Amino acid sequence: MPLAPTRTTLDNGVTVLAKSTAMTPAVSINLTMRAGSSADPPGAEGTAWLLSRVIDRGTATRSAADIAEELDSRGIALTINVTRHLFSLVCTCLSDDFESVLALLGEILMAPSLPDAELATRKGEVITAIRQDEDNPGVRATEALMALLYPDGHPYGRRTKGSIEIVEGLTRDRLQALHAAHFAPSELTAVVVGDVETPRAAAIAADVFGGWRRPAPVPIPLSSPAAVTARRRLVIPMMNKSQADIAYGFTTMTRRDPAYYAFWLMNNAFGQYAIGGRLGDSIRERQGMAYYVSSSLDANLIEGPLAIRAGVGPANVDRAIASIDEEVTRLVRDGLTPKELDESRRYLIGSIPRALETNAAIANFLQAGEFFGLGLDYDARLPDLLGVVTLEHVQAAARRAMSPDRATVVIAGPYQE
Amino acid sequence: MLVTTLDNGLKVLIQEEHTAPLASVWCWYKVGSKDEGPGLTGVSHWVEHMNFKGSANIPRDQVKGIIEQYGGSWNGYTWIDQTTYLETATRDALDRMLFIEAERMASCLYHPDDCESERTVIISELQGGENDPDQLLDQELIATAFKAHGYRHPTIGWLSDLQTMTRDDLYGYYRRYYVPNNATLVIVGDVAQDEALGRVEHYFGAIQPGAALVRARTAEPEQTGERRVTIRKPGTTAYLKVGYHAPAVTEPGFVPLLILDAVLTGAKGLNLWSSFRVPPPQRSTRLYRALVERGLASSVSGALLPTQDPFLYTVSVTATEGSSLASAESALLEELDRAQREGITEAELTKAKAQLRARLVFDGDSVTNVAHQIGYFETIASVDVFTALPARIAAVSIADVHAAARALLVSSNRTVGWFAAVA
Repeated sequence: MPLAPTRTTLDNGVTVLAKSTAMTPAVSINLTMRAGSSADPPGAEGTAWLLSRVIDRGTATRSAADIAEELDSRGIALTINVTRHLFSLVCTCLSDDFESVLALLGEILMAPSLPDAELATRKGEVITAIRQDEDNPGVRATEALMALLYPDGHPYGRRTKGSIEIVEGLTRDRLQALHAAHFAPSELTAVVVGDVETPRAAAIAADVFGGWRRPAPVPIPLSSPAAVTARRRLVIPMMNKSQADIAYGFTTMTRRDPAYYAFWLMNNAFGQYAIGGRLGDSIRERQGMAYYVSSSLDANLIEGPLAIRAGVGPANVDRAIASIDEEVTRLVRDGLTPKELDESRRYLIGSIPRALETNAAIANFLQAGEFFGLGLDYDARLPDLLGVVTLEHVQAAARRAMSPDRATVVIAGPYQE
Repeated sequence: MLVTTLDNGLKVLIQEEHTAPLASVWCWYKVGSKDEGPGLTGVSHWVEHMNFKGSANIPRDQVKGIIEQYGGSWNGYTWIDQTTYLETATRDALDRMLFIEAERMASCLYHPDDCESERTVIISELQGGENDPDQLLDQELIATAFKAHGYRHPTIGWLSDLQTMTRDDLYGYYRRYYVPNNATLVIVGDVAQDEALGRVEHYFGAIQPGAALVRARTAEPEQTGERRVTIRKPGTTAYLKVGYHAPAVTEPGFVPLLILDAVLTGAKGLNLWSSFRVPPPQRSTRLYRALVERGLASSVSGALLPTQDPFLYTVSVTATEGSSLASAESALLEELDRAQREGITEAELTKAKAQLRARLVFDGDSVTNVAHQIGYFETIASVDVFTALPARIAAVSIADVHAAARALLVSSNRTVGWFAAVA
C-alpha cells in the first residue's frame, strides 16, 4: 500500500503532511525547521545546538515547569534534533492528546522565551556533553574526518555542539537572533502520522501555525567541498582507551544527483548488507578483527560524505586500514558482482514496508522526502528508481568518488605513529 | 493469541496483527549469562554469535543474507536470563524465517576456524565497551552488588574466559540449551494463526527434545551493608551509579517500584528492545529537578528491568563539568531518603500511571516490538505477566509504593559506584 500522505501548504508557507494509521492509538509529530547547524554564524558554532537545549524551557505563556508538567503528565518525551540543515521537534503522544500537544509544540517552536537562568543550566549540560565527546574515540575520529573533508570553517566540517569556549560565550541575544533569522513559516514542515484522520490533523495544524507571520529567511550559502587530491592520515592518540576507532572517507554527491541510487546500492553491498557488506565479510567475518565495521552514505544538499567506520584493537589498526584499501580498490576496479547487486536491490526494495511500519519512521521518511523534494509518491516510485540501476552505474559511482589515493583516514584511540 | 506447546516441548505463541504486510518471528531460549559457571563467562553470548555461522542446510556465507533478500531484518541478543533471535520481513517470508530458526535450534556447525575468528570479534566487542566509562562502571557496580548469583558477571564475559574457552565448551553449551523444551517461538504479524502453527509444526515438529536442564539455584544473600566501588581512570567526565537489589518481575514489589522509578526519573516502558531508544518523560521528576535543574548533573536516569530473579534498580548520573561526584551523590541520596521516608503523593501516582499507560502503548508500535514483549515475558516468567501489567499498574496505591520504597531504599541494600576521571 502506498503511503499517499496528504500535503497542504498554509497561506503563510507552512507545509503540512499527514498520514493516518491504525497500529496503535498514538500519533507521531515531527516539526522540522530548515535551520540546522549550518545556520550557526561563523565563530558561533553550537548556537543552533544550544537553542535546541533551551527552546522548550519556556514560552510567552508557559514556564519551563509548565511545559515539563504538560509533557510528563502525558508520558511524552520531546526529542529535539539538530542536523546540518534541520532543527526538529519530535514526539509520540496518545491520540487523545494530539490536539493539545501540537498546540504546545507550536508555541515552543514559534515563541520560545529562552530564559537566562535556563540558558546557564543548559550550557553546563552542553559543555559536559562536549567533554564526553572529547573522551569518545568514535566521535573524535568522525569529527576529525568531517573537518578534513570539509575544511576552512565549512558548515559540514564544524562540530554541531561547538566548542567549550564558544558555548560559554553564547548569549540569549545570540539564540534569539538565530531564531529570528531562520525560524519562519516558509521553513517549517509539520508532519503528523498516526491514529488521527488526515483532514483533522491538517485542520489542527492550520489552527496552530496559520497565524504565524515572519518573512522568509535569507538562504544560507553553502559551497561544495574542494576536491581531495591526495591521501591524508591523521592519528589522535587516546592512550586511555582499549580500542581504536577508524574513520575513512570521501566526499560523494548530492541527494538530487541522478547517480544517487547507484551510490546507495553500491554502499549497501560494500558496507551494509548482512552486517557490513564486503567490509564486514573481510574485516569481521574472515579476519575476526572488529566487532563493528560498516560504511554510511550521507548524500545531502551538497556533496555529503561516505564514511567507513571500524573499531579494532590497536595491534590491528594497520591491517584493518590495509583491508579497507583493498576493498575500495577492488570495488573501483571490478565493481559489484551481479549477485551482489541483485541481493542489495532486493533488500532495499523489500525493506520498504518494514522501514515504513511505525508512525515515527513514516514521519521521518516524509520529512526527508519533503526536504529533498522527492514527491509524495516517492515510496511508490522507489522500487523503480532502484530497479533501473545497472552494474555499470554502480561502478561509475564508485570510480567517481572513491580511491585509496584520495582517502582521508583518521585513527583515534590507543595508537601512535 | 494462540498459545500452545508442541509434543517436543516447544512453546508457541502466535498473534495476528494485520496493520502491515509484515511478520516478525522471534525464537527465545531460556539461557543467559546467569547460567554460566566459572571459566565459561560469556559463553551464552558467544554461542549466540556462533549461531549465525552456518548450519547443516544453510551455508555459512548465506546465513546473513538469507532473510535480507526478502527485505527483512534479523538480529539477536543475549542478556542475563535469555538469548533470542529474530527476523522481521514481509509475510511471504514466514516459511523462510521459521526454517532459519529451526536450523539454528538443531543444526549449527561450530566449525573450529569460525570459533577462533569469532573469539577476536567478541574480544573487540568487549574492548569497545571498555572505551565507554559509563558501561565500565555499570559492569563494576553489578559485580560489586552481587557476590553469589549468576547476575554478577557481565554478559560479554571476563576476558580470560574469552581467551581460553574452547570449541567444545561452545558446542556443548549449544547442545545442552538449544532444545525445543527450552525454547519459545513467537510469531506476530499478518498471518493466519492456524496456518502459521502448521508451518511451525512442519519445521520444528521433528526436532528432538533435550534432557531436562539442571540449573544453579544460588540466591543472592541479603546484602548487609553499603558497598562502594571507585574506578579512577583517565577521562573527561565523572559518572555516578547507585544500585539497590530489587524484586523480580513476578514479585509483588516490582510494579510499585516501577511507579516509584517513574516518579524519580520518568517512565521508560518495559521493552528492552525499544523502550530505551526513546528518552523518558522526566523534566518534572524528582531526581531531574534535584540533580539536573540544580546544575549538578547533565543527565540522570533510572533502570528497573523485568528479570527472572531479583536484579537491581539502578540510578545513573553524569556529573556536570566542574561539579563533584560527592555533591551529586549527596543530592541523589537525599531525594532517595525522602522517598524512603515519605513515599510519593497521589498526584505523582496519577502522573506515573498515565506515563506508564502511554509508554506501554508506545512499546507496541510494530510487529517486532509486540513479538519481543510476548517472548521476553514468556521467557523470564510468563506471557500472562505481560498481559496483566496494565491491571497491576492500575491497582498500585501510594501505600504500595511507600512500602516498596521503605524496603528497597535503605543504605544496607545499596551499592555506590564512582567513575572518577583523572587527567
